Amino acid sequence: MNRDMSYAAVTARKNEIMKASLGIDFDEYITSPIAFEYERMMDQTGYSHTEIARIQAETKVGNTPLFELHNLTAAVRKIAGPGKGARIFLKDESANASGSFKARRASISAFEAMKKGYKGMIAATSGNYGAAVASQAAQRGLKCIIVQEVFDSRGVGQPEIIEKSRACEAYGAEVLRLSVGPELFYMLLRTLEETGFFNASLYTPFGIRGVETLGIEIAEQIRARCGKDPDAVVITHAGGGNLTGTARGLLAAGANNTRVVACSVDLGGLHMASDRDFNRKSFTTGHTGFGVPFATWPDRVDVPRNAARSLRYMDEYQLVTQGEVFYVTEMLTKLEGLERGPAGNTSLTAAMTLARQMDRDQIVVVQETEYTGAGKHHNRQLSFARENGIEVRRGDPTESVPGKSIIIPERLDQVRGKVQDMDRLRRSYLKNAAKALPVEQWSENDYAFLAADIKKNVDWVKENLVS
Amino acid sequence: MSKIQFGTWVEIEQIILKPEERAPTLPEDTKQTPFLLNVSGFLQTESEVGQIVTIRTIIGRELTGTLKTVLPSYNHSFGTVVPELLTIGTEAEQ
Repeated sequence: MNRDMSYAAVTARKNEIMKASLGIDFDEYITSPIAFEYERMMDQTGYSHTEIARIQAETKVGNTPLFELHNLTAAVRKIAGPGKGARIFLKDESANASGSFKARRASISAFEAMKKGYKGMIAATSGNYGAAVASQAAQRGLKCIIVQEVFDSRGVGQPEIIEKSRACEAYGAEVLRLSVGPELFYMLLRTLEETGFFNASLYTPFGIRGVETLGIEIAEQIRARCGKDPDAVVITHAGGGNLTGTARGLLAAGANNTRVVACSVDLGGLHMASDRDFNRKSFTTGHTGFGVPFATWPDRVDVPRNAARSLRYMDEYQLVTQGEVFYVTEMLTKLEGLERGPAGNTSLTAAMTLARQMDRDQIVVVQETEYTGAGKHHNRQLSFARENGIEVRRGDPTESVPGKSIIIPERLDQVRGKVQDMDRLRRSYLKNAAKALPVEQWSENDYAFLAADIKKNVDWVKENLVS
Repeated sequence: MSKIQFGTWVEIEQIILKPEERAPTLPEDTKQTPFLLNVSGFLQTESEVGQIVTIRTIIGRELTGTLKTVLPSYNHSFGTVVPELLTIGTEAEQ
């Protein structure tokens, strides 16, 4: 059989490749170019929370410790106004096998792939998810291929991604290391077709349901410790799965009044598919280059409909600068005795700014940590930035320009972050929906779906349609 | 050039897409470069760097490409010291 392997031809076979590699027929849930039966799709994964927790425990996932950060809370209270300075807690997700919350996301896919008799699994990811899939596959006796975007046209790899290549190979995966470009997805499709392996996409219902236990554990641990629900949970946001899964878990546990706060590193102005900009970013994920486009149009992923729908659950969206995160990372290390990687420290940065505005008896939870080490340590991120001509200095972080300068605060009171206008994001989502299907053709079902998908009502959708 | 032995752990490179075959919507700088793949495995024939070879990957797949590196290894590090970080969270800064 000689199939056409050109970019256009392989991409055109997307639907059949996806169906074969996932065992999910998305057509069963899709009701229009916009709407689909989201909750029914999530329910039909067929796993209860108890079963998910049991499957995860088998492969060293979940039940991670929750720590109160007394010293960082005290540091915040020193600069906060009278009566202000909420208690800061941190969920130490680096304790999962492979060192991040992504193990939760990979665990159910690995179980499902094994159960359905696939020989192996594939994921396209340059982040912690690769190591998570490799680690879960290893434990389930499955072969594993990770497709990664690693190096620019000079052959220079992002140190953090090189570390992730190493981790994937350490867990026994074959790693396809690619140059910069969105054709990563083409390579994924090609490899799925060649191997017949399971598609461990980040965005399937299995991935998201696996994260729900994280939200449930947070609610249960905070209740046991403090006798009430957390007031806010801060979640580093990129593709939306972390936020969606955690928020769904909080709701499943009945923590209905907990504020769900997204946080991303502000990389405004850098192009995500640019060969030149590739190594001018000091963060490879958890940044606005993913966070904003995925929030405002989730269905831009490697599956027909994305199970990660962040605006459905998001109450606030905080932005922080790279310099602020590096400052807070160093504070966590020196004051709390924890050396952790950049992803969780992004939400810690936002949590510190929120805690400052919240009352002392309130509780803010930083929902994840990740492992750190050579390549993905903040010292390497900064020295690499310097090697690539980025200015690094101490000063006022609001003066930093992504891709040009990283300004590390001189004092904690300069860690302030910035609030994103949620309604602007919601309107942007509606604009994208109008591109998928002209507004004149929207049915009542479409309006209802869109309203739920941005956590508003149908009237709000109608009032905020800007042509 | 010396022959590399059968079974040696090596890295190959493949041109997956030439610049003109790439995705239609790319920024100008990316558009001008080929889309490349690097992957490691055990060499299946005695050969030299620069030759087209077949490897067997760690999961047993056979892939073909140009022999690029012999015994590819990781040398990423913690980087050179960034003095700006040293004093954060210490008495020196209070």
